Amino acid sequence: MNIKRRQTIKAGSSLALVAAAISAGVLPTSAFADWNKAAFEAKNMADVLKALGGASAEKSADIVITAPDIAENGAVVPVAVASKIAGTQSISILVEKNPSSLAAEFDILPGTEPNVGTRVKMGQSSNVHAVVKAGGKYYVATKEIKVTLGGCGG
Amino acid sequence: MADPMRIRAQQKGDVTEVRVLMAHIMETGQRKDSAGNIVPAHHIQTVTATWNGKPVLSANFGPAVSQNPVMNFTFKGGAKGEKVIVTWTDNKGDTRTDEAVIS
Repeated sequence: MNIKRRQTIKAGSSLALVAAAISAGVLPTSAFADWNKAAFEAKNMADVLKALGGASAEKSADIVITAPDIAENGAVVPVAVASKIAGTQSISILVEKNPSSLAAEFDILPGTEPNVGTRVKMGQSSNVHAVVKAGGKYYVATKEIKVTLGGCGG
Repeated sequence: MADPMRIRAQQKGDVTEVRVLMAHIMETGQRKDSAGNIVPAHHIQTVTATWNGKPVLSANFGPAVSQNPVMNFTFKGGAKGEKVIVTWTDNKGDTRTDEAVIS
């Protein structure tokens, strides 16, 4: 079964939106942090932490991971992370048994709530870690997600 | 240029909830085609969102984010009629910017 064959969602046919996007034409990307290649290539959680600039992470009950216990399709596993730690600066989602652990990293800017969600691929049943950086320290919460159909590769 | 994003920004009390659906294949670089060649990685690397010109979120995606990535977040402030602009850039230098009006 090749899940990649899924047709690209016929996203937004709104012409007005397209026109507006073209006229806006501003790309504020340069103001933000560059993509951290080392972190995204790291194979395990310790390496990811090192690449992100931390040494160790403390377990915290103030991080809430919202995700299914059993994911039927490993290609699309919805994961949401909410942090109650004051001064949360970034939230990272790691899948322990994926070829590269780090799936996504969100920089939480002042005024933005430390509550983000996305969908990740999981090759097999694995622990999913949410790493929160707050005040220069790292905190982690873990949830195990069982996958009945893997989502990485063929 | 890639397909447009779907962005929904909704004001809820004193916060604005933003949901973004990006159209992207998010190829991991792990998969092989029928001839056994590795399909090169092609995925979104950075996503940024601004509201009234002020950055509200920046995210880095690895190849493990699902195809046609979904992202949701909330920020304080925002009023009906104001604009939220979202931009992504992938590892091939492709980029796309779309905007939505807060409702």
